[in-house]
Amino acid sequence: MSSNESDALSRMLGPAEAEVSCDECFDRLDEYVDLELSGIDADRQVPGMRPHLAGCPACAEEHASLRALVAEAAEGPGGG
Amino acid sequence: MNGAAAAAPCLPPAPVPSPVARRPSRLPPAAPGGYPRPVALPGSERPSRERENRDWLDALRDRGPAREAAVARLHGLLLKAARFELGRRRAALSHVRGEELDDLAVQAADDALVSVLGKLDDFRGASRFTTWVYKFAIVEAGVKLRRRAWQSREVTLQDGSWEQFADHGRSAQEQLESAEVLERLRAAVESTLTPHQRSVFVALALNGIPIDVIAERTGSSRGALYKTLHDARRKLRTELAAEGLARPPVSTERRS
Repeated sequence: MSSNESDALSRMLGPAEAEVSCDECFDRLDEYVDLELSGIDADRQVPGMRPHLAGCPACAEEHASLRALVAEAAEGPGGG
Repeated sequence: MNGAAAAAPCLPPAPVPSPVARRPSRLPPAAPGGYPRPVALPGSERPSRERENRDWLDALRDRGPAREAAVARLHGLLLKAARFELGRRRAALSHVRGEELDDLAVQAADDALVSVLGKLDDFRGASRFTTWVYKFAIVEAGVKLRRRAWQSREVTLQDGSWEQFADHGRSAQEQLESAEVLERLRAAVESTLTPHQRSVFVALALNGIPIDVIAERTGSSRGALYKTLHDARRKLRTELAAEGLARPPVSTERRS
């Protein structure tokens, strides 16, 4: 058996990589999203964020929503 | 499942509040025509992010009418973010009436406003101020939504649904391997985790109960529960990696 994990196993075991905590995720979520939308390498600037979002469904939902909202607001009148 | 899970197999549903007891807002009512639009920008130029952030902070720290207007404008942004989040997750609350849903949005915006105003000194300027405040409303709305969606449901901390992870779409050989891995994982859950880690792992990773729901029912916090889940997952990864069944956890420890 190789160590190629199934999606189901990966979901249960979470990320193998080092990750930030939920508190640190919240603290830096806005910075991470702005970096992402600016085309800057957010994962390099905020290490451990991407693995955490893969392992924590609640934080991942909030990341997706914040990113979508900021992107939508940027496209609206006044760009913000 | 045994251990703590057997001792506390089930948590009662959260109490259902009286029908749409709308909480009065702690904020002044919006002016006719709604909350003020963002401050008009000089000409067609947008201020730099730093300037915009500073304007927000200055206005919110002002002791005069500028603060009142800024707070009202801020609440408008927070309410927009809360409604945005609830709109995205509407499917999870299909049984909730629109009026109650909007009440959730107002509650989330009000709570987010209190948090933002209490944490102004924590804003480091690493993002736009508006992005920073949006996250408070989105998180407040998300937490309220998850808890409301599970309000009348019992939360089971045992008897995880292992069968749901069986991979039925693959070859017989692959299914056998998958079943073998799941059986090894199940054994590792029993043998390597503490009772508390086992309960948290089963509830979150196996049964998929939202972490905010478990936090509410157990009096814990999202951060504390995820730390427990994280430690449990690392133990399981180490155990399965020793048999070549999973990738080993990266040794660099970022968590405090």
